[in-house]
Amino acid sequence: MLEFSEICKSYPDGWTLAGVSFTVEKGEIVCLLGPSGCGKTTLLRLVAGLETPDGGRMLVDGEDVTYVPPHLRGFGLMFQEFALFPHKDVLGNVAFGLRMQGLSRELVATRVAEALELVDLVGFEHRDVNQLSGGERQRVALARSLAPQPRLLMLDEPLGALDRALRERLMDELPRILRQAGVTAITVTHDQEEAFALADRVVLMRAGRVVQVGTPEEVYRRPASAWSAHFLGLTNLVDACVVGPGQVETALGVLQVWDVGCGMRDAGSAAKLLIRPEAARLGDAGPNVLHGTVTERSFRGGHYRLGVRHASGVELAFNVPASANLPASGETIVLSLDPQALALLPVVGEAD
Amino acid sequence: MKLDKGTGRQGDKEKGRQGKSNAVSLSPGLLVSVPLAFLLLFYFYPIASILTLSFAPEGRFSLAALGKLIRTPYYLQTLWFTTWQAALSTLLTVGLALPGAYVFARYDFPGKSLVRALTTVPFVLPTIVVALAFTAFLGPRGLLNLALMDLLGLDRPVLDLQHTLTIILLAHVFYNYTLVLRIVGTYWANLDPRLEEAARMLGADRWRVFREVTLPLLSPAIGAAALLVFIFCFTSFGVILVLGGPRFATLEVEIYRQTIQYLNLPLAAALSVVQILFTFALMAVYTRLQARLARPLELRPRRVTQRRPRHWREWLAVGVNVGLMLALLVTPLAALVERSLTLSATGGVSLAFYRQLFYNPRGSAFYVPPVAAVRNSVGFALATVGLSVTLGLMAASVLDSRGSARSPRPRGLRLRRLLDPIFMLPLGTSAVTLGLGYIVALDEPPLNLRTSPLLVVLAHTLVALPFVVRSVLPALRSIHPNLREAAALLGGSPWRVWREVDLPIVARAMLVGAVFAFTVSMGEFGATSLIARPERPTMPIAIYRFLGRPGAVNYGQALAMSTLLMLVCTLGFLAIERFRVGEVGEF
Repeated sequence: MLEFSEICKSYPDGWTLAGVSFTVEKGEIVCLLGPSGCGKTTLLRLVAGLETPDGGRMLVDGEDVTYVPPHLRGFGLMFQEFALFPHKDVLGNVAFGLRMQGLSRELVATRVAEALELVDLVGFEHRDVNQLSGGERQRVALARSLAPQPRLLMLDEPLGALDRALRERLMDELPRILRQAGVTAITVTHDQEEAFALADRVVLMRAGRVVQVGTPEEVYRRPASAWSAHFLGLTNLVDACVVGPGQVETALGVLQVWDVGCGMRDAGSAAKLLIRPEAARLGDAGPNVLHGTVTERSFRGGHYRLGVRHASGVELAFNVPASANLPASGETIVLSLDPQALALLPVVGEAD
Repeated sequence: MKLDKGTGRQGDKEKGRQGKSNAVSLSPGLLVSVPLAFLLLFYFYPIASILTLSFAPEGRFSLAALGKLIRTPYYLQTLWFTTWQAALSTLLTVGLALPGAYVFARYDFPGKSLVRALTTVPFVLPTIVVALAFTAFLGPRGLLNLALMDLLGLDRPVLDLQHTLTIILLAHVFYNYTLVLRIVGTYWANLDPRLEEAARMLGADRWRVFREVTLPLLSPAIGAAALLVFIFCFTSFGVILVLGGPRFATLEVEIYRQTIQYLNLPLAAALSVVQILFTFALMAVYTRLQARLARPLELRPRRVTQRRPRHWREWLAVGVNVGLMLALLVTPLAALVERSLTLSATGGVSLAFYRQLFYNPRGSAFYVPPVAAVRNSVGFALATVGLSVTLGLMAASVLDSRGSARSPRPRGLRLRRLLDPIFMLPLGTSAVTLGLGYIVALDEPPLNLRTSPLLVVLAHTLVALPFVVRSVLPALRSIHPNLREAAALLGGSPWRVWREVDLPIVARAMLVGAVFAFTVSMGEFGATSLIARPERPTMPIAIYRFLGRPGAVNYGQALAMSTLLMLVCTLGFLAIERFRVGEVGEF
């Protein structure tokens, strides 16, 4: 188990990483998610030992590694643009870490073959890395960092340098390979979709702090704050006041919310109501019926993105299945909101 | 007309029409013929004359001269000395400059750009000035010796470095340190530090990272730099002539002696042939290494690869290297200035040596006052600038293949690939050889220029031409074809496009090339020492003459004139640094 507690780092330009703590269980894939500049890559470099923290402790199975130099940590790191050695072929790249461990020639060969098989690159041993496609380079990088069997593998924006189709495919493949290798991993990304696809747990970061930790589902269903919701692309936030068990009053009217957090709130307390984009259904067959005007309708392939203005002036955006028969822009629309797709967020502690 | 893109006449006509309809520049054939004709007449013809003189002195092929060379131990020793002093100088330079290149590549520190500029000054300094700066610093009456004598209370020089290998090696390091710093440092600065970090993460300690990742990746740059240093030291002339004294002679110095002192032109020619063979072989290897520098590396912008030193050890590394650079590169020049302002008799500061430059002590009509040399040098330099920039611009616009190579024309491209090294050839040819070639080839009809001042200008232009081409070409190449096409689509006529797009971008590079040509001409010593007329000396020649005469006053005047020359070249260099854009003028 890896334990990071109160990791601090500040830079001369005023940027700081302020007391970051989180844990990674054995065999778990944890994803550091946040906008660029939130400190996730710095945190990764601190974990790797490429930078030294100003304060805090890093424990691996109880052993303090905070000041251990990178080459003695036994960690692996896959760099954003892979950083393959251009003067070595595929074999030379994958074998590098094994050679550093002083393994015998035969053992190196076996382990390289295993690693290449794992990433489906058998027969690529003597290819020039400069001639490989983006996806192949990515897999060589993965094989190179997996081959020495690191105690912890870190991946910096592992899919960031790839084009869309390849990304989609590797989003399925990467977690499979990592699980097959049984490795403990920390990945870093700014893309929530990537984070959700890869991770067992997500660590949401903002401006050098951890703002939320949870499984992808937890983070998506109940963001810790309005900022978290915005970052995850959840823009429908409405001021709300709890009026009874599972009931809130908003500018849209009194709505039913089947959210565990809601029942624990006192009547009369203020909150932010999050309406997830998939909450809307066409027609008035449901509890939370909403009348509005369509302001925008754009086709996105699998679904429509629908802009709706409520009579009160509140603007909302929904994803509606592409099969639905939708009114055109400027026409009226009747929707019902799924009580399960609504959540109450706290209003306190909002810095934005 | 059929739109047949196949081979044959139809296709050729089609291309011809295309070429004419969007001709942005003059016809390449005409453009290239002028600089090529120049090279042919004033480079290949003299070189060919040397070959003729050494292989067929009486019209019949004979290996007698070359055979005599090989059988004479003295000449073999000269070749051997030329080679090993060059190798030793190269080793020393690379060894000293590599840590400096690392510091410049990876760290950002206050005053860095100033230090970088200072370290580049030696590169534009004339060899004669450098040689004199080193005697002023390390010679028997040099700054260091005077300081040591003062300190130890002795009345004799402590260090006798005049006419030793040490002072030659130091001068070569002084000269070429920058070359390694620039070539390796630039490459290193763009090398992705994540490659090294990746190796660290895979369990390599710092030393193994350097040995297995950094060094192999740097090797083409180190190789190219080392080779260039080797070539320069192999053809070293002024430094050896002045600092080595009679004890040391490289091939270059021997050619000069055979020509000037013994008037043995066939032997000088045979020595030149050896010299040419060696330098051409080295240049060929250099060109190939240059091509390997284009290894597919993901080069990173410098702001990503460089940072402030943080740890005290990093500050120490920066400090030691910057200290070395300043001690090595600035002290001799400072010594030169200090000595030129000091009368050794009194020790006080005085402009006496400078004033002396304007006197004609004997009132003789035949005596040329030293200040006339300044006038000559400036005149030659201006003429060189005019000629070399004109020719260089022509050559560069032909070499810039991308501007017109929208439709792939293999033959044209192959020709250009051949032309590029041809225009670089003079850079690898020793100046003394060139001067000898001029003496041999251009003193008889059809071209008798022996007494014409034009001869010096032609030689200087030839030496300056590669610098001009290398300055202008990157600027021309930086103009993306789309840029011209965009201007054309916005309604610009070919002439307007050239004036509004090409010219503003190239103008600065032309200025850089012009200043390069000016400083090269001002300091040129090797070729000039053979071809300059006695009544029309340039500044380096005048300095060398002062050195040949006894007495403190002559030596002082040499110092004073060297200081003046150094100032001119430094100003020129500052102008180059000020106006250069991007990689312009990098070699």
